[in-house]
Amino acid sequence: MNKKWVVATLFGISVTSANLQAEQFTVEIENLTNGIYFTPLLVAAHDSSTHLFETGSAASTSLETMAEGGDISGLVTDIASASPVTVENPKGGLLAPGESTTTVMLNTDDSDNGYLSIVAMMLPTNDGFVGLDSWEIPSTAGTYTFTINGYDAGTEGNDELTGSIPAPIDFGTGTGGTGVSTNDNNATVHIHPGSIGDDDSAGGISDLDNSVHRWLNPIARITVVIQ
Amino acid sequence: MSLFNKSLFNLELRGKMITVAMGSSLLLAGCGGSSSDNNTADNTEDLRSFEISVHNVTANQPFSPIAVILHSTGYQAWIDGEAASTALELLAEEGDNSSLLTEASLHDAYLASQTGTGVIGPGQNESVQFEVDAQNGVSVSVVSMLVNTNDAYTGINAAALTALNTGESMSVKAPVWDAGTESNTEAAGTIPGPADNAGEGFNAERSDQSDRIRFHSGVVSSDDGLSTSVLSAEHRFDNPSAMITITRLN
Repeated sequence: MNKKWVVATLFGISVTSANLQAEQFTVEIENLTNGIYFTPLLVAAHDSSTHLFETGSAASTSLETMAEGGDISGLVTDIASASPVTVENPKGGLLAPGESTTTVMLNTDDSDNGYLSIVAMMLPTNDGFVGLDSWEIPSTAGTYTFTINGYDAGTEGNDELTGSIPAPIDFGTGTGGTGVSTNDNNATVHIHPGSIGDDDSAGGISDLDNSVHRWLNPIARITVVIQ
Repeated sequence: MSLFNKSLFNLELRGKMITVAMGSSLLLAGCGGSSSDNNTADNTEDLRSFEISVHNVTANQPFSPIAVILHSTGYQAWIDGEAASTALELLAEEGDNSSLLTEASLHDAYLASQTGTGVIGPGQNESVQFEVDAQNGVSVSVVSMLVNTNDAYTGINAAALTALNTGESMSVKAPVWDAGTESNTEAAGTIPGPADNAGEGFNAERSDQSDRIRFHSGVVSSDDGLSTSVLSAEHRFDNPSAMITITRLN
């Protein structure tokens, strides 16, 4: 990138259309929560018009599928026509609280994939997901660290009941809850208000544990190392 | 002074990322000096136009009509850790921005202001546009109440816009402050929003634990054990509560 800019400048070439990125970088995702797992992550470098989600807009069917069940394949298919550079499931399974995972080297040379997005479902939640929408990838080599937040897809009420939440492993959830919220007042993607849980593993309003399954933003740290 | 890790609240400038402490004053580099009414030769107009777009990203906390103020350095709608003005108390307890906007208009650093046209519901957004003379620098402040609370508000505390070039935009993830002017009882009759069917708004009494502005610790709700709360789980919120985008149009 730097080399191309220098050359272009030397020859007085207009670079107004040069949003071509020439970058190689890795992305590390660290789970900062106390008791929330991330399902297989989708990491995508894409163009400026592509989004995995947009805050304030209704979730796509594929985002809903990811946020409610952890399946990222629909999102991968949705954005394929834009020729993004993607990494699917870098951890090879669930990313547990405190764990981190790093992608292989992503190469966006000679493409306009200048924006980074990340999603994965938060378990156990109804439709919570950890998300990054279109972070502009810097053109200068270096290490860039920032944190990201937990979103609510707005597609399912947060009843916090095990019957509504996939459980590929035992998350320490209970049973017998009566249900917290039956519907989502905000049907667009928004900041997750957080889970409540309770201290009754065989009843109460929630099947989540209020001393394990709560979180506050931010919930993940992202470290991008640009070569 | 900052109660939170500053990295929680990022200002993302296109092409760059700068992190600021949202609560602290942002000093403009190279702006105007001490006099606001100088009559020297460099007193030339620098007209710039901006669009400020406020998105409500909460689950169920409608925003009161936004107060948006453009100003040069020196004006602050509030200072973290200090007592709220009565004008801010009125906004944070009742959602009425009129006194705050009137007081701002009388300040030496005032450039322009607008009120939103109405409540911004969860998932909704509203944009306002300005053209101002930025020769002495330009900053933006935004204030709006989360109406299903006793005295919570969100916004921007004097963020500098002077470095923003034409066509560039800046995105602010806005946290929630507690005005510190009313006890957070969440009780029936004390909350002006729909969760309480229009309870009391402004009350001049300063009834909170301590009369100072700080980051809000969140509402508890009856679902979480505050039996006298009129709020439920869906009224809880985490930061940020608003995404505010400022674009310099020209």
